[in-house]
Amino acid sequence: MNRLDEIFARDKTALVTYLCAGDPSVDESLPLFQALADAGADVLEIGVPFSDPGADGPAIQRSAERALASGATLEKVLEMTGKIQGDSAKVLFGYLNPFLSYGYERLAARCAEVGIHGLLVVDCPPEEEPELRAALDSRNIHPILLIAPTTPDDRIAALGPSAGGFAYYVSMAGVTGAAFQGGQALVDRIARVRKLAGLPVAVGFGIATPQDAASVASGADGVVVGSALVRIVEAHGAKAAAELSKLTAALKAAL
Amino acid sequence: MPVVPDARGHYGLFGGRYVAETLVPPLEELTLAWEKAWADPSFRAEYEDLLVNYVGRPSRLYFAKRLSETVGARIWLKREDLNHTGAHKINNCVGQILLAKRMGKTRIIAETGAGQHGVATATACALFNLPCVVYMGAEDTVRQRLNVARMRLLGAEVRPVHSGTATLKDAMNEALRDWVTNVGDTFYCIGSVAGPHPYPVMVRELQACIGIEAKAQLQDAGVGLPDAIVACVGGGSNAMGIFHAFRDELGVELIGVEAAGKGIESGEHASSIAGDQIGVLHGQKTYLLQDNHGQVQPAWSISAGLDYPGVGPEHAYFHKTGRAKYISVTDQEALDATQLLSRLEGIVPALETAHAIAALPRVVQFTGPDADILVNLSGRGDKDTETLMRELKL
Repeated sequence: MNRLDEIFARDKTALVTYLCAGDPSVDESLPLFQALADAGADVLEIGVPFSDPGADGPAIQRSAERALASGATLEKVLEMTGKIQGDSAKVLFGYLNPFLSYGYERLAARCAEVGIHGLLVVDCPPEEEPELRAALDSRNIHPILLIAPTTPDDRIAALGPSAGGFAYYVSMAGVTGAAFQGGQALVDRIARVRKLAGLPVAVGFGIATPQDAASVASGADGVVVGSALVRIVEAHGAKAAAELSKLTAALKAAL
Repeated sequence: MPVVPDARGHYGLFGGRYVAETLVPPLEELTLAWEKAWADPSFRAEYEDLLVNYVGRPSRLYFAKRLSETVGARIWLKREDLNHTGAHKINNCVGQILLAKRMGKTRIIAETGAGQHGVATATACALFNLPCVVYMGAEDTVRQRLNVARMRLLGAEVRPVHSGTATLKDAMNEALRDWVTNVGDTFYCIGSVAGPHPYPVMVRELQACIGIEAKAQLQDAGVGLPDAIVACVGGGSNAMGIFHAFRDELGVELIGVEAAGKGIESGEHASSIAGDQIGVLHGQKTYLLQDNHGQVQPAWSISAGLDYPGVGPEHAYFHKTGRAKYISVTDQEALDATQLLSRLEGIVPALETAHAIAALPRVVQFTGPDADILVNLSGRGDKDTETLMRELKL
């Protein structure tokens, strides 16, 4: 069974954390991911840096620039991922071009080797790149479905069956790291997405504080925090582990 | 030639709609709105009226006698430089802004490299009283500062983009970020046959007037079909605009000219087709300048309008199928061609356009001297005055 399915089968809302791998360097990002895992992150989203992160706000853009400047590559990120200890599930998170360049068969094989459970490609809707999906399916790695506020109901229902693990619901139309807009409408929408897609739903984009997380926790199967963690790495660099642990533990306690 | 794109915007291996999920439904809405408008005679009548009375179409076809003597074949210039705002870009902008109005959008955004598309978008927005935000790489706002001033004069807000390489590709990233944030009321006016479906096909159709007119004008001049058509290619809208009417005339050689910058071997160039690597950027699969790890490499060209690491997906398809040939011209060759055309014909071309002129001696090697060659004179060089002053010590 895929680890993601075990985590989302639990009653408790899962904590999903994002960091861009390679920031401040690949070697130095291993202890940072380890800190997240040790502090209770259920799912680690491992960001693959890309030169043109068109869906990301300034915090993650800068993180990717630092990672690339330090020499991070997809291969190095995969190697680093294999060294993370513990039983957090791992989702590789990135833009298509580095995956396309690496080769889909090779990518799926390496993901299986290093213990990656899901792949989320920001700029690849499920209609594109069937070869990537086939490579992942053959190794029981879930393609993670993105659902947006603009996605119509019939499309959610049509896409749900082809995905696995969880659906990532983007809480607002925008880029990562914008101010969070919670509220009852969001909670209702998450319930609707869950029903239509037939998948557990993790909600992300803008969730930065334990209060934000708590406000959606009752309705969501998972809560994703990214830019807030990335900003800690920006401020503390290789010494960010303690602060990352602190925020992760507080987020976990709020769920 | 098979009809492309297919229903999902694929040109063989290329094209598609590689965007974040938030943009998939708006792109679908845009596709339906575009198809409906383009099939609607009242939309077409409004568009064509603007082309004639506002843009100044049809643009002239001019036989360049002295250039012909120098190059050694008969050269016909399609004078897009004489359009309102000085380039072909306006053909597309009036069409897209008309569509935006029809869709009830109340805010327009655009990216620009050389600033010609930004100026054309700002112009169309002034005409239709719509607020306009133009994203422009910070580096380009310096080398094309005359166009920045023109956009501001026309009432547009120019937002310099400092991220990444601070050029056209980064301006496009930033425009996409704006669109994804304001997708309800905002229309993104893309300036080339690039980006996610339906942009490549929509911009092609809105620029196709260039080739349709040229075909008729060459008939009237007693030439019939030309032997070759030459146009510069960054994203590729002026080239696709002049090629499209001739795509099924297989005897007509289509030649796209990419920017070789400081030379292909220098690594500082913008010839994505010559680079021969397929990738995905800005919503499309196409030839892309990238390193061995799939990171997009900065493009270089003296002309800001060709300084883009990708190329429109239909050009990628034309290259792959062999329908068009793509060659490259360096900065220096383009500068030489700028002076050549200025002195022989009294026409100062844009640096982008000068790449097409610079390619002519090589094109004549394919066609031989007894040939009629149609060149898209896509824009005028006024905007490049400062670069030319510096480079040519004027």
